Amino acid sequence: MTIFELAGNVMPRFLQAAVVTLELTAVGIGAGLVLGLLLALTRVYANRVLSGIANVYIQFMRGTPLVIQVLVIYFGLPPYFRAIGLPPLSSLAAGCLAMALNSAAYQAEYIRGAIQAISSGQMQAARSMGMTKTQAVRYVILPQALRIVLPSWSNELIYTLLYSSTVYFIGLEELTYASTKVAAKSGRVLDSYIIAGVMYLAMVVLLSRVLAHAESRLRIPGLSIEERSR
Amino acid sequence: MPSGTENHLGDTILRVEDLHKRYGKDEVLKGVSLELRRGETKVVIGPSGTGKSTLLRCINQLSVPDKGRVWLDDVEITHARTNINHVRAQIGFVFQDFNLFNHLTALQNVSLGLIRVKKMRRDAALERARKELARVGLEAKAGAYPAELSGGQKQRVSIARALAMDPKLILFDEPTSALDPELIGEVLEVMTGLARGGMTMIVVSHEMGFARAVADRIIFMEGGGILEEGTPNELFTCPRCERTGQFLRKISELYGDTEQT
Repeated sequence: MTIFELAGNVMPRFLQAAVVTLELTAVGIGAGLVLGLLLALTRVYANRVLSGIANVYIQFMRGTPLVIQVLVIYFGLPPYFRAIGLPPLSSLAAGCLAMALNSAAYQAEYIRGAIQAISSGQMQAARSMGMTKTQAVRYVILPQALRIVLPSWSNELIYTLLYSSTVYFIGLEELTYASTKVAAKSGRVLDSYIIAGVMYLAMVVLLSRVLAHAESRLRIPGLSIEERSR
Repeated sequence: MPSGTENHLGDTILRVEDLHKRYGKDEVLKGVSLELRRGETKVVIGPSGTGKSTLLRCINQLSVPDKGRVWLDDVEITHARTNINHVRAQIGFVFQDFNLFNHLTALQNVSLGLIRVKKMRRDAALERARKELARVGLEAKAGAYPAELSGGQKQRVSIARALAMDPKLILFDEPTSALDPELIGEVLEVMTGLARGGMTMIVVSHEMGFARAVADRIIFMEGGGILEEGTPNELFTCPRCERTGQFLRKISELYGDTEQT
């Protein structure tokens, strides 16, 4: 049996697993963006106490391995959930939650950096025409910061996709888990991993293309990292 | 326009009383008081680091003064219960380095405040913004982003942005200091037009020619206080303070006689 025949045989299972991988990625990056944005705004604009709390969270999530976070959320916390009457998390829910909480910390740092790269004159000009601070952030600061952050955010999206393989450890059948099972059952260890690897690669290439397109659509003269560093 | 006669001026629109501002150990403003009348153009001159910009920023509370009070008509801006956003919408501010919103076109820069602060309908706001761009001679650049404009064009857009809000007065913080010499003229020309058209303005500037030709009154500031105030004639021909005369001579040595007339 060639690798292509093997690929044909396992494709339904791998595709189903790839969908789980994409679900983890989408929830991780999407919920992570919302939470990351809130964390970044808190870091930059909130009082010292809230900013400090956000900072501790960010340092904590960036300073511990994602695997540990996944294991804690799936195996470590359910006893406490039960104690307060909550149902246990499914492995998919736990995986998504861990990915989002982790990615939020990284995205917060990227967004914070971008916000701080915007000159203080932009905020002053917005306030001087009578905008509230919230309006200034929403209509002046964030539209610029989010454009600046897009390249590093693209990296984060790709990392999130690849690191979703971490949920292998809680037995959720995403692409890595599926390839390991197929490797063991078929004995075709190398081929199984090659097939999974190529599928990851295809997803990464596709996402990169989409993002590059989005970046060029949203580009504004004088507002991209490349032009600034020239 | 004959400067020195003040018959065209109206009642008091802005009153500044005993402003103090300290940054760390430096006391930048040491008790500044002034009055501005409707239709008046007041030019503030003086050596750098003397509190001129801080004075402007304390007027619209971009910097909060440590002490002192500011009234716009009968509203005390410095009062804790005053809605500062409401006041700022009535006071235009033109910055030395323009501070145009980099992600917006010239037209969007001018219309943003109309839409978000004055809650104007989008099409009405855009129409008004187009009119203001035309007033500063830039209707052709409506779709250009700030990075695509020259310094002089950027500053004219920022003046249009201030004008669109129908301000009671406009504060200019060294509006030509960041410009290449050949671009200064176009900005001063717009400002001269505004002054002659009856706009109330305070202009911090080193452009003596402009001050002489356009100011109703000139304030000379040094060391965080006002040393002298008078009509251009009074200040340029026979400054009462020796220090003002010294400064004026030094400036004309540096920049030549920049008189416009």
